[in-house]
Amino acid sequence: MGEMRDYKSRLSDPASRKFGTFSYLPAMTPERIRKQVEYIVARGWTPALEHTEPEHLMDDYWYMWKLPLFGETDVNRVLAEADACHKANPNNHVRLVGYDKLKQTQGAAMVVFRGKTI
Amino acid sequence: MKKTGSTYSAGVKDYRHTYWEPDYPVKDSDLLACFKITPQEGVPREEAAAAVAAESSTGTWTTVWTDLLTDLEHYKGRAYRIEDVPGDPSCFYAFIAYPIDLFEEGSVVNVLTSLAGNVFGFKAIRALRLEDVRFPLAYVITCGGPPHGIAVERDIMNKYGRPLLGCTIKPKLGLSAKNYGRAVYECLRGGLDFTKDDENVNSQPFMRWRQRFDFVAEAVKKAEAETGERKGHYLNVTAPTPEDMYQRAEYAKSLAMPIIMHDFLTGGFCAHTGLANWCRNNGVLLHVHRALHAVLDRDRHHGIHFRVLAKCLRLSGGDHLHSGTVVGKLEGDREATLGWIDLMREKFIPENRARGIFFDQDFGFMPGLFPVASGGIHVWHIPALVAIFGDDSVMQFGGGTLGHPWGNAAGACANRVALEACVEARNQGRQVEKEGKEILVAAAKTSPELKAAMETWKEIKFEFDTVDKLDVAHA
Repeated sequence: MGEMRDYKSRLSDPASRKFGTFSYLPAMTPERIRKQVEYIVARGWTPALEHTEPEHLMDDYWYMWKLPLFGETDVNRVLAEADACHKANPNNHVRLVGYDKLKQTQGAAMVVFRGKTI
Repeated sequence: MKKTGSTYSAGVKDYRHTYWEPDYPVKDSDLLACFKITPQEGVPREEAAAAVAAESSTGTWTTVWTDLLTDLEHYKGRAYRIEDVPGDPSCFYAFIAYPIDLFEEGSVVNVLTSLAGNVFGFKAIRALRLEDVRFPLAYVITCGGPPHGIAVERDIMNKYGRPLLGCTIKPKLGLSAKNYGRAVYECLRGGLDFTKDDENVNSQPFMRWRQRFDFVAEAVKKAEAETGERKGHYLNVTAPTPEDMYQRAEYAKSLAMPIIMHDFLTGGFCAHTGLANWCRNNGVLLHVHRALHAVLDRDRHHGIHFRVLAKCLRLSGGDHLHSGTVVGKLEGDREATLGWIDLMREKFIPENRARGIFFDQDFGFMPGLFPVASGGIHVWHIPALVAIFGDDSVMQFGGGTLGHPWGNAAGACANRVALEACVEARNQGRQVEKEGKEILVAAAKTSPELKAAMETWKEIKFEFDTVDKLDVAHA
């Protein structure tokens, strides 16, 4: 079981901030991002990208990157937009969303590129 | 068609002359009920079914002259079908139709007072169980329903694409308010979305509600600032009187707390429906606990099935309802549980006898609510829970967070890592229930907290047989 550990989380340390689903797992890799895009597309959800400065991550509204990719089923095109959003905003969190219009909610939402937290 | 007599003749008639109508065409607007009846010896099935129909609607034991002043042909309940109970010759199913105007609009109280009232003590039957109720859509829309529902709660809490995580603070009784708030804070900073008052925590001498609310509010706010995620604690407003209940709810709102909680059965449907309306009007989420349910729903021959209680709660109002876990320490057959979590979440639930659903049920536009899987669960159960419940659920831990060898924050973190690993794997198309062990072992490589949790609880299983099984014929 190993020696007892302190839980490292501090108000004063921006690296302690989390950002929703999958933020307790290691940062996404290209291969893992691809699989989540495949999942969103396979469910018939609309992929979308949004981003924010890490200090504003608790806001409901992040900056929308262009418009949601309505009708897009090509995984590579979605990944290319995610990359483009990240390259244009290298210090920001970039979130991949899958809009589920039937349930009127987001069926998936995850940060795929983590911004600078310091 | 049979008519009630147009002339008055005093005396006792067989119920079946008036209340058994096997050729009755059920109307869309009828409220339908399925009872499991265990009659006294020598009472024919039709007579027992008709007696239940009569006693739960217009009838009494003898003819009265005022029967002739109303249109009993319209107002009476009718037993219209009888079925064998698979594998149990001691009882049978009786299906009864009631006209919708037998019930006050928007009143679960009134429906249960008729359907589960005096009739349950009726001498001609040995035991009686209300198995299912079909609420006609015309009745459903007279009820308030969940104050917010699943989609709105996700927006309020800003949590998508996964089940939510909670923890009930233990020991359930005896902590001071300040120590209690500490336990809350540690859970929330570690990665849970919610913590919960135990149902017995109301306002006892060792911890009065106001101090509990104050300390918990600081814990919630600090954990939010620290983690950057929205948090909540189900502040239990269950109280001795409605006035006390509303006072506590108002104070929770004044502290900007997102969610409160109530016990709908011990508190009662009148108080509960009022509180649900308050929550809708005030934008506060409502978590619903179900103390007393097993008293009503566990016996296979007598009482009210939980699926009926769940439907009643959805109509009365709640954003979360405890559902059982299938895999934890408390009772719950898997197929039956899948049946009633559908009743909590879906818009339309078709008849499905394999899941114990006796009627099509249309909830129209009424929002669904989160089933809460609570009771004796820990990280090793998470793969199965993700498979059984899907995203729209709350996994409610207790000892499975608080019992972590390094404390609540580490326990919470272990829960969250395990959940996210299972959700990610499911999205990747993996069979999480079957591959649960590999998924968790892999996730633990980067999470010492999860690794320690897995080592602590490796051996714990709950494999007693279920007492309340679905009725199926024995091979």
